[in-house]
Amino acid sequence: MRIGLFATCLGDTLFPDAVRATAVLLARLGHEVVFPPGQTCCGQMHINTGYQREPVPLVRDFAEQFGDASIEAVVMPSGSCAGSVRHQHATVADRYGDAALRAGVATVAAKTYELSELLVDVLGVGAYFPHRVTYHPTCHSLRMLRVGDRPLRLLRAVDSIDLVELPGADSCCGFGGTFALKNAGTSTAMLHDKLAGIATTGAEVCTAGDSSCLMHIGGGLSRIRSGTRTLHLARILAATRATPDALTEATAV
Amino acid sequence: MSTFLGMPARPPRSPYGTGNLRGDEPFPRAAHQELGNAQLRRNLGRATTTIRAKRLNATGELPDWEALREAGSAIKTDALNRLPELLEQLERKVTEHGGTVHWARDGAEANEIVTRLVRATGSGEVIKVKSMATQEIGLNEHLEAAGITPYETDLAELIVQLAHDRPSHILVPAIHRNRDEIRQIFLDRIPGVDPELDNVPAHLAAAARAYLREKFMTAKVAVSGANFGVAETGTLAVVESEGNGRMCLTLPETLITVMGIEKVLPRYRDLEVFLQLLPRSSTGERMNPYTSLWTGVTPGDGPQDFHLVLLDNGRTAALADTVGRAALNCIRCSACLNVCPVYERTGGHAYGSTYPGPIGAVLTPQLAGMDAAADDPNSSLPYASSLCGACFDACPVKIDIPSLLVELRHQHTEQTGTTAEKLAMKAAAAVMKRPTLYAGAQKAAGLGRALAGRDGTISRLPPPFGGWSDSRDTAAPPRQTFRAWYASAEGRATLRAAADEHDRGPDEHTPDQGEGGMRRRDGEHAPGQGEGGTE
Repeated sequence: MRIGLFATCLGDTLFPDAVRATAVLLARLGHEVVFPPGQTCCGQMHINTGYQREPVPLVRDFAEQFGDASIEAVVMPSGSCAGSVRHQHATVADRYGDAALRAGVATVAAKTYELSELLVDVLGVGAYFPHRVTYHPTCHSLRMLRVGDRPLRLLRAVDSIDLVELPGADSCCGFGGTFALKNAGTSTAMLHDKLAGIATTGAEVCTAGDSSCLMHIGGGLSRIRSGTRTLHLARILAATRATPDALTEATAV
Repeated sequence: MSTFLGMPARPPRSPYGTGNLRGDEPFPRAAHQELGNAQLRRNLGRATTTIRAKRLNATGELPDWEALREAGSAIKTDALNRLPELLEQLERKVTEHGGTVHWARDGAEANEIVTRLVRATGSGEVIKVKSMATQEIGLNEHLEAAGITPYETDLAELIVQLAHDRPSHILVPAIHRNRDEIRQIFLDRIPGVDPELDNVPAHLAAAARAYLREKFMTAKVAVSGANFGVAETGTLAVVESEGNGRMCLTLPETLITVMGIEKVLPRYRDLEVFLQLLPRSSTGERMNPYTSLWTGVTPGDGPQDFHLVLLDNGRTAALADTVGRAALNCIRCSACLNVCPVYERTGGHAYGSTYPGPIGAVLTPQLAGMDAAADDPNSSLPYASSLCGACFDACPVKIDIPSLLVELRHQHTEQTGTTAEKLAMKAAAAVMKRPTLYAGAQKAAGLGRALAGRDGTISRLPPPFGGWSDSRDTAAPPRQTFRAWYASAEGRATLRAAADEHDRGPDEHTPDQGEGGMRRRDGEHAPGQGEGGTE
């Protein structure tokens, strides 16, 4: 299958390891990974902060970059970006776009997947990761995309993994994009409860399908000098006996 | 902009400076105080956790819960779409049954009407059964200023009133108080209370009961709210748990009901849906203990003088907003508050409005507006959410609260003039739409490595990111972006090697690939079309 990879602005810039793992994983599964070079950002930050006019060119670019009929699926290692593409792009296109944009957005949305959706619903995967891991279901994966237990099904299928349940898993970590800046105190209170939950699991690794949420949780874990690291789901799934993920790297997201 | 005849005028919001739909300070500042209150967080955390579990039990045992939500949403949407017709029908029916209907454009008008009606009875006091609408318009304050003493008869409302406090929850207004605090309030404020009163809940309830019973037996006028008003029959409904409502609705000579105009239901049989949705969503009970229905006046039984005050106070303005009108579906069950991680930690006072929590963050700016120019506290409410979506899943009438919050944020930024944030957003969009500029900006971001300590983490960031770095480290930006890696010889070689790994041989990790085609996406539930309820 020819799969278009959307790196997401955060993944491309700050967490390339997660995107790299996604690309390697798909290639290893025998698929052709294409990276349209004109891609940048889905515009979610703008939309969620209250700006729908500004991201119109981003929505248009996204539809153009991935609109090519030869791209059979579009994948991204982020539930919130996939949620934005599938649901919010239509809102922006309806308000400020023309008929062509509305159609383009709908076409791309229909073939867009968050990574675990693509793997479970379309492809299937396996990996080797001999570590104690807990999984945080990010809000947009859980409630905007309804990925359900797909990430957990993938994790359970990983060889030698010790998967432990996270208490209060489905409550928000408090990131919420600019929410963490605009309501820093409340966001911190939510984060601290999440960190306390992680602490009870004794996990070496907390994983999730969104680098942004992991940036938040990982930043908190680092600040309290917790022994737990954060690692994007893609990196665990891409780890094999031959190419284990280097847990000792400085940037562990 | 000039105005001319025939041009549609925007319906009025609740006037600035009246009632209780606006706090004194923006949400982040108000929340800061509440976050520092450890007792409050403990009380709230315990209460919301308990009620969340109860609600899931109560909703989970109904096989047709999702169909009920769908029905509730459809009935409310239908009612709002033909509100004028239904309200006129309600007025006709109430009048036919001996009641009197009054129309109040805003809180000030409603307060005047109620005060006039109470004065006409010659009574100097009224008993009240919990009514959010009268809290919204500040009726108690208005009555007191007019020399009339209001007595709240709902236990939690009574606690709040005695303490000169404000409600902090739609359903459990005193949720922020524990029993020790309540005991002290009773000792200080209830005349003639037993000085030996302890903090056992049953004893506290008994003390309140003794105090209230005397009010019930002597009061000549009651003021109530209404959960529903049925247009078809002119019937009004109040659901409650303590029986105080039944006392207020049957014992006095005069009954004055203040009802928001969005509470109207078309048909009597619609109650069937809402009397299932409301208690299960709010208290987690199959049925509330007391449901009172009354239609106008029944000679020789109950109040002989009945008045219904229909309150707009910004509701027409909300209705005129094509997106915002969805918020008027709200039946005030408080399920969204109890699942909201922001409410759970900040409590209701931080919202500054009678309507706190997720639905309050939507409803309050809808009713009272957001005056962007005046740094209106209400304009901070749409941002008081991490958009986690738990409220949408919990809502019994399927209000897509996260999308409404995003919409209100958009309306707010459209109203504001040029701000630093707006400039930053415009600049970011301008860079992001040009891949070459974008790559340059990524390089510049990489310079952030200079901020990192030896361990590769950044622990202090410049404004406006200080709130972030107060409690979170940030990993230093990596040396190479993904796109640079993808374009590099190393990237190509790595992907080639991965593809070779696949080509080499049967990959036991690739189960179930079908016929090479894509499987259907199942279990997808987009906002607005989903069935919800994954908690």
